[in-house]
Amino acid sequence: MAEHYFRTQGLSVGYNGKTLIHDINIGINRGEIVTLIGPNGSGKSTILKTLTRQIRMTGGKVYFEEEDLQKMPNRELSQRMSVVLTEHTRPELMTCRDVVSSGRYPYTGRLGLLSEEDVRKVDMAMDAVRARDLENRDFNLISDGQRQRIMLARAICQEPEVIILDEPTSFLDVRYKLELLSILKSMVRKERITVIMSLHEIDLAQKISDKIVCVRGEKIFRYGAPEEIFKEEIIRDLYGIDNGFFDPCFGSIELPGPQGIPEVFVLSSCGTGIPVFRRLQKEDTPFAAGILYRNDIDYEAARLLASRVIAEEPFCEISDRSFEDALQMIQSCRRVIDAGVTIGICNRRMKRLIQTAEESGKMERWPR
Amino acid sequence: MVFLILAAAFLLIVALNINTGNVRISVREIWRIIFLKSGDPVKYNIIWRIRLPRILMAAVLGGALSLSGFLLQTFFANPIAGPYVLGISSGAKMVVALTMIFFLKRFGSFSSVTLITAAFIGSLLSTGFILLMNRKIEHMAALLVAGIMIGYICSAVTDFVVTFAEDSDIVNLHGWSQGSFSGMSWNHVKFAAALVGITFVLTFFLSKPIGAYQLGEEYARSMGVNVRLFRVALILLSSIFSACVTAFAGPISFVGIAVPYLVRQSLNTSKPLIVIPATFLGGAVFCMMCDLTARMAFAPLELNISTVTSLFGAPVVIFMMLRRQRGR
Repeated sequence: MAEHYFRTQGLSVGYNGKTLIHDINIGINRGEIVTLIGPNGSGKSTILKTLTRQIRMTGGKVYFEEEDLQKMPNRELSQRMSVVLTEHTRPELMTCRDVVSSGRYPYTGRLGLLSEEDVRKVDMAMDAVRARDLENRDFNLISDGQRQRIMLARAICQEPEVIILDEPTSFLDVRYKLELLSILKSMVRKERITVIMSLHEIDLAQKISDKIVCVRGEKIFRYGAPEEIFKEEIIRDLYGIDNGFFDPCFGSIELPGPQGIPEVFVLSSCGTGIPVFRRLQKEDTPFAAGILYRNDIDYEAARLLASRVIAEEPFCEISDRSFEDALQMIQSCRRVIDAGVTIGICNRRMKRLIQTAEESGKMERWPR
Repeated sequence: MVFLILAAAFLLIVALNINTGNVRISVREIWRIIFLKSGDPVKYNIIWRIRLPRILMAAVLGGALSLSGFLLQTFFANPIAGPYVLGISSGAKMVVALTMIFFLKRFGSFSSVTLITAAFIGSLLSTGFILLMNRKIEHMAALLVAGIMIGYICSAVTDFVVTFAEDSDIVNLHGWSQGSFSGMSWNHVKFAAALVGITFVLTFFLSKPIGAYQLGEEYARSMGVNVRLFRVALILLSSIFSACVTAFAGPISFVGIAVPYLVRQSLNTSKPLIVIPATFLGGAVFCMMCDLTARMAFAPLELNISTVTSLFGAPVVIFMMLRRQRGR
């Protein structure tokens, strides 16, 4: 553990001397993206505020390249760490350029005048977030997404080794979210900057982070690589989800599927079923899906949404048992929907199934 | 550019101020009296003993008052904060009134230093109280209300004291407590100028952290500002400014809010390095203008300076609030 570039040792955090989260032990390597996830009010911000020394730690230590964070002088810390906060600041009459320039604070002299070097760094930071065209605009009169980019530029031109971001993507629409995170990602790769942040979007956290810290209640619930963390059960427990699902495969979240005896049987393959599943889910009609290979994309969705899935092992011929089950399902359901099935050698028995359904008169085609 | 306009306005107002009065003195005569120190002895005296010190005092104190407002606005991150609104002027006034009566009884006189010290203590008293409230109350509106209440309490105490003071004291106190730039001596001017000058320089050197603080406390801290120390400095400096004003000219309303706002808007920036000197200059011009109006509007009757500043200042504040609403 001693090799870690930034690490906490038995860190406890809280407000006014009262500890909220105990015993945080995290080691971060240089150039990694570490993301804190967890339910609202779980203390993600508290941890980040402690790491930036906005609030005092209530116990333990934080080491920044083996230097005690607590003892680091203000100026040194500000040259090595910068922040982007959730709160909206609304400074009066400041242009975007003014805001970004304030990042040079730790490097300027008594009166805070910018040198040519500083001006160049500001230019570079604004280019990095592709916000050069905003430089003369009033900071209060730009959109949330633009504002967040400016704040990121501000943090960049502070030339830190570590950037700490508290929910940088809140209030942003999808496009800006992706944009912001991809800027972060490229910065990390280019400058070897370490990023510690909190995110609400677990799907994005999964995709961008090198390490995930799950914060819940009084301790760190889990800590590890995204592969270890993003399991259905862990996420369910972390957030206490009881009315929906997290799909670790795509990092998507699903509302709960309709429960009960299947009224509709959906025949599909290769993703043709998903829109049908969703439609039925919205109508709150319990349905069955089949016969799906376990490596079919439809299978992933059906697993979470259908009340019954008739599944088959990948690349095998459809077994008698599955076939019987499917026939039975056609019998018992009110409707059968053919969403489009690609038939090959292994699954040629599907042809028979479709025929049977046609003969029963329950068959519908999708899209209608 | 704005600086040039302000400087021109400054000179113009100075000239106008010297020029006008119950005794009119032509510009040529003024020139001769000031730079050649010759001319009609009566007019010479009027200019050198009455008008010049008064003008300079108005300039110095006006600047001080505006900066005091500017610092408080920075501190509370609220453009409506000011020494008068937050009851700081009233606090100073109260302590000064008490001191005046006490000293007059005991020693028959008081010095500038005593006055300033009293005003300073009064300012700090009010400010301290507001800070205490600030810890408990998150809401800015509630804080302003608290400040106004403090102002009322202090005014009530002052009135109470005045009611039971001897007549001779009251004359003195009454004139002063309404706020006026009249009756300034060169000694006063020198003292005030020195104090305000030093404080101004200190404030100017605070521009850098003030700039950082505009983005909010957290960002300031992340940029390496020692926020606690910085806030203490803000409060002390603004208290010195407003104490100085209150001690010499009594509580003057609205300058502290109106001037920094006008200056920021006309400069279209809030860079402290520019705004601080411009605010000082703007405050000086504004106060001289108001003083001129106070003297001349109903001459030979003289108005309170606060009457005039309120008349000009209050509409500005209202306008500002409307604009802020629209900006949301």
